[in-house]
Amino acid sequence: MTRFFDSELETFRSSLILMGETSIRQVRDALTALVGADIALADRVIAADDEIDRLEIRIDDEAIRYMNLRAPVATELRLVIVGMKASHDLERVGDEATSIARRAVKLASEPALKPYVDIPRMATIAIEMLRDAMDCFLQVDAEKAIAVIKRDSEVDAINRQLYRELTSFMIENPATISRALELMFISKSIERIADHASNIAEEMVFLAQARDIRHSDGLKKSGDL
Amino acid sequence: MVTAPTSAAPMENTAAPSTLTIKVPGAPAADPGVASTLIEISDLDFYYGAKQALFDVNLRLDEKRVTAFIGPSGCGKSTLLRCLNRMNDLIDGTAIRRGAIKVRGIDIYGADVDPIELRKRVGMVFQKSNPFPKSIYENITYGLRIQGVRSKTRLDEVVERSLRGAALWDEVKDRLHESGLGLSGGQQQRLCIARTIAVEPEIILMDEPCSALDPIATAKVEELIHALKKQFTIIIVTHSMQQAARCSDKTAFFYMGKLIEYADTSTIFMNPANPQTEAYVSGRFG
Repeated sequence: MTRFFDSELETFRSSLILMGETSIRQVRDALTALVGADIALADRVIAADDEIDRLEIRIDDEAIRYMNLRAPVATELRLVIVGMKASHDLERVGDEATSIARRAVKLASEPALKPYVDIPRMATIAIEMLRDAMDCFLQVDAEKAIAVIKRDSEVDAINRQLYRELTSFMIENPATISRALELMFISKSIERIADHASNIAEEMVFLAQARDIRHSDGLKKSGDL
Repeated sequence: MVTAPTSAAPMENTAAPSTLTIKVPGAPAADPGVASTLIEISDLDFYYGAKQALFDVNLRLDEKRVTAFIGPSGCGKSTLLRCLNRMNDLIDGTAIRRGAIKVRGIDIYGADVDPIELRKRVGMVFQKSNPFPKSIYENITYGLRIQGVRSKTRLDEVVERSLRGAALWDEVKDRLHESGLGLSGGQQQRLCIARTIAVEPEIILMDEPCSALDPIATAKVEELIHALKKQFTIIIVTHSMQQAARCSDKTAFFYMGKLIEYADTSTIFMNPANPQTEAYVSGRFG
């Protein structure tokens, strides 16, 4: 049986999907701006952050209204709660994209320290994680969500490797310090984006199974990791 | 098979405590932190004449907990509730054709169980408040008087304890000898609850006790249910999902005479196992 307010839930879902797509686009554009030294694109990323902030507020408004007036239970209640939490993570993803874009502007005026290989590789994984986590919102697929969480360690490993590599650059040649630091921060931002994707994936497991797997202990206990 | 004439009016909550017909002597006292089974319903098939109303119901209800029965109209939840104090005996042609209901291990449909004695232990509060056309005081003491209690001190004690227990004392203590029918709807329902607890039952059955009450009176009755579960085992039939969620520890969902799902209330409303349960609690049923 359909209900007269079912469309509100669809609107909420659509808003969240839109926010996910917008956040992913921002991360992708920030990386393109970095690798291509494209200041105009980086500026567009910085300017577009407001769009994500507005979406976060809209999603919160829709969720609060739905909980207030429609008294959701079971899957619907979990959907609304998870949606609010995921939107918070996506807003932080947007902030990280903006941070990368700002650093891309600074780096664009200087010669590249090294060819961009690891950072785009990290970013590709982080974007895939985000996309898969958001897909779970539509597909309600706990297994896929757990696969996202497992990929976080790949990003962490590249981040650590970059950290070591950039540290040796700085030790060998202090003239590289400012550029190496910018790249370290960018690497850290991508690592944080992957963390947010993991958080969203954890919420998706809660959506699918009403099971709270946040923090590694939960995953270990559940035998999934 | 259990049948009974319709002529006998339901004598709810009107008798004083007596020697227990369904209590097992020496049974260990319930640990308030751990629920133990008080009522065990097994393989129950119930009929109104040729029409089967309950199908193979198996359910264990916890002592000193609130259990909510939910489900669409005609699903059998009120029928099952009335089976618990043999109220259906009063309807012609009703019959349990298979299965059993045990309270503390005693089959309440056993040949040696007196339904009147049973109903002293299993009180009932109805959808529509039904105070006797007597004073508030007499409403509470009616059952005790029938049992021959004459001591005014004893009756006064029971009236105050019961009215306090039903959160009504402060509102009526100065007009105990005025008619119970002069109270508001919410007060009348709490008077009926006071009348029920006056005879110290073990189990209180509530059949949509708030459906005729406004939100304030409903809130008072719900507060009362929460307080009463320290002393009594309560089973409530309700059409309000929010009331079931607020008041009960466990919830049983029925559909077309069958028990579909029975679990902790938090599970029923957060992650029900059965799609029919989810559809019903979400208002998507039908």
